[in-house]
Amino acid sequence: MDDLLLNEQFLTTVVLSGIVAGVPLLYASLGEIVAEQSGVLNVGLEGMMLVGAFAGFVVILETGSLWLALLGGGVAGALTSLIMVVFCIRLGMDQIVVGIGIVLTAEGATSMLHTSWYSRTFPRVPAVDGFAIPLLSDIPILGPSVFSQPLPVYVGVALVFVVGWVLRRTTIGLNLRAAGERPDSLDAAGVSVVRVRTGAELTAGTMAGIGGAYLAIVAGGAFVPFVTGGAGFVAIVIAMLARGRAIWALLGALLFGMAKSIGTASQLVGIDIPTGFVFMLPFVSVMAVLVIFARRSRLPSALGLPYHRGSR
Amino acid sequence: MTTPATTPDAMGAAEVVPGRMSRWATNTALALIPLGLALLASAVILALLGVDPIAFYRDIITAGIVRESGRFDTITRMAPLLLIGCGLIYAFRASLWNLGMDGQYLLAAAFVAGLGPSVMSSFPVVIGWIVLSLTAMVIGAAWTLVPSILKARYGTNEIVTTLMMSFIGISLAVMLVSGPFNDPGPGPQTASLPREAMLWDLPGTSIHIGVIVALAVCLITYLVFARTSFGTRIDVLGANARAAVHMGIDVPRLIIVAFLVSGALVGLAAAIDIQGVFGYMRVDWNPAYGLAVVPLVFLARMNALALIPFAALFSLLTIGGLYAARRASIPSDFVLLFMGILLLFMVGTQYLTDRRARGESIAPKALLKGLRRG
Repeated sequence: MDDLLLNEQFLTTVVLSGIVAGVPLLYASLGEIVAEQSGVLNVGLEGMMLVGAFAGFVVILETGSLWLALLGGGVAGALTSLIMVVFCIRLGMDQIVVGIGIVLTAEGATSMLHTSWYSRTFPRVPAVDGFAIPLLSDIPILGPSVFSQPLPVYVGVALVFVVGWVLRRTTIGLNLRAAGERPDSLDAAGVSVVRVRTGAELTAGTMAGIGGAYLAIVAGGAFVPFVTGGAGFVAIVIAMLARGRAIWALLGALLFGMAKSIGTASQLVGIDIPTGFVFMLPFVSVMAVLVIFARRSRLPSALGLPYHRGSR
Repeated sequence: MTTPATTPDAMGAAEVVPGRMSRWATNTALALIPLGLALLASAVILALLGVDPIAFYRDIITAGIVRESGRFDTITRMAPLLLIGCGLIYAFRASLWNLGMDGQYLLAAAFVAGLGPSVMSSFPVVIGWIVLSLTAMVIGAAWTLVPSILKARYGTNEIVTTLMMSFIGISLAVMLVSGPFNDPGPGPQTASLPREAMLWDLPGTSIHIGVIVALAVCLITYLVFARTSFGTRIDVLGANARAAVHMGIDVPRLIIVAFLVSGALVGLAAAIDIQGVFGYMRVDWNPAYGLAVVPLVFLARMNALALIPFAALFSLLTIGGLYAARRASIPSDFVLLFMGILLLFMVGTQYLTDRRARGESIAPKALLKGLRRG
């Protein structure tokens, strides 16, 4: 068992495909963290990822450019999140119900569009080249896996630190957290709660869209209906467990990504671990942590509540 | 509308209109307006896709109601929707977000399908059904136990825990069906229940008796909330947990009980589906009813009797939509699109009909406060 598990090819595959599977989760959960910190519970994340995935797929088929495709996915995700902005942030409707509506609509719409446009051809996207970081990519195991990823991976990791820094160290971050904790105080301080939350929600939509586009193009190689397969909900779980700390999104996304990849990789080298078992390991371990330490998942106190000036 | 006054927000506009009859009329209108709008919007989308919407809707009616077999299928499909819906009502009215229904359902289904053949061969059929259904209810309930205890004792957010338990449950079901419950035969699936061990059909139809069970559960759920102190305690807990404490309600215990009932009914839905319709379980099978049932529960304003017409409508759309979509060569996922649009119109109508309730929603406000507590 030991020599099989420490097999270089096996480890490389696990880390490599773990990162590929984790990056969409990373983008989406970073976005969700921003939204949640501002008091918006973005249940429609899965829908935004799907729309982004479809849009990114269309763009890369038309233009052949990965970057334009990711941009297209982000724009599409942001447009989808406009539903949340108008219905929930501006009009104060129920965030969870609207979120579920977004997921259902996006699932139906992308599936129908995919069928009517691509069901005869089923086009695929060519594999995306990795970007080997000089020197670092020569390290065994880590080199060919961690340091030879497509560029958006490094951008995602950089964004972790950007988001973390913005949330903790800047006025924007302070406003965001105030909108989530004490929206009335923020309003009294002369900052528009609606505007802050709108910005946060659009950020979440954009990030989810980019994550979705990455998932369809780089990880999947093509858009198929329901390609996200619950990744949006996993990202919500990661964001809630991260409790506003961006670095936890990175760890969570990697953990869940690796778990997904161990199943695939073990089949490649001929070890028979049930895929279901490996996939559920991270969830089991997180549940175990919750049971043992029984800590509260600390969430912003105005999460999920619409803000109306002078309402209380 | 006889929802106790403890969940006023659930009724929105109905609150300002006195009298039981006019309240009923308002609520019907509040449900019908978004329905009409959603049908209209979907018609536009269909037309954009080059499908004749009138022919499409006619096909749905034809395949889902007019044809006898379609009518039976439509009614049969209501059973799991009603049972899961009732399960969600117990949780939602207590302000608890049970979003783990897909895992609870699938795990219970795996046990029923896996144990089914041996249980049915060692008991008389009726006893066998009861044993399998109780097993499924225990499994479904057990799958809510950890989230409910964490919520009751430490206030851990139940959205996170039920979602995680759902993922674990789905994976576990996959493992069970491809492992111990696997039938060494055609593929990764369980052995099939013999035909004579399937739930009986109502005379002259292909509707299995599980539908009657589901309708009975709806009636019971309705009565629990309309007539019993247990239902009222759940409503009080849902409206205001602090008030519940002052009323002398054992809140942690009630949270756990509400969750267990919720999970048990979801498990029962799985048992009836496997024993009445499918008879076996494939490893990649997952009907994923969960997310589609949530809007039905909100449309029905958490009233178990009002759930019946909405479940019938969704069931009709699913069964008839399958045929209509095939004829129009579009994917049957059109039903999801329709439900999503319906849901968005529903919140929109709710908002416009009652300016006073601006900021209130079809989900009780307390349900959202629960988030804050968590």
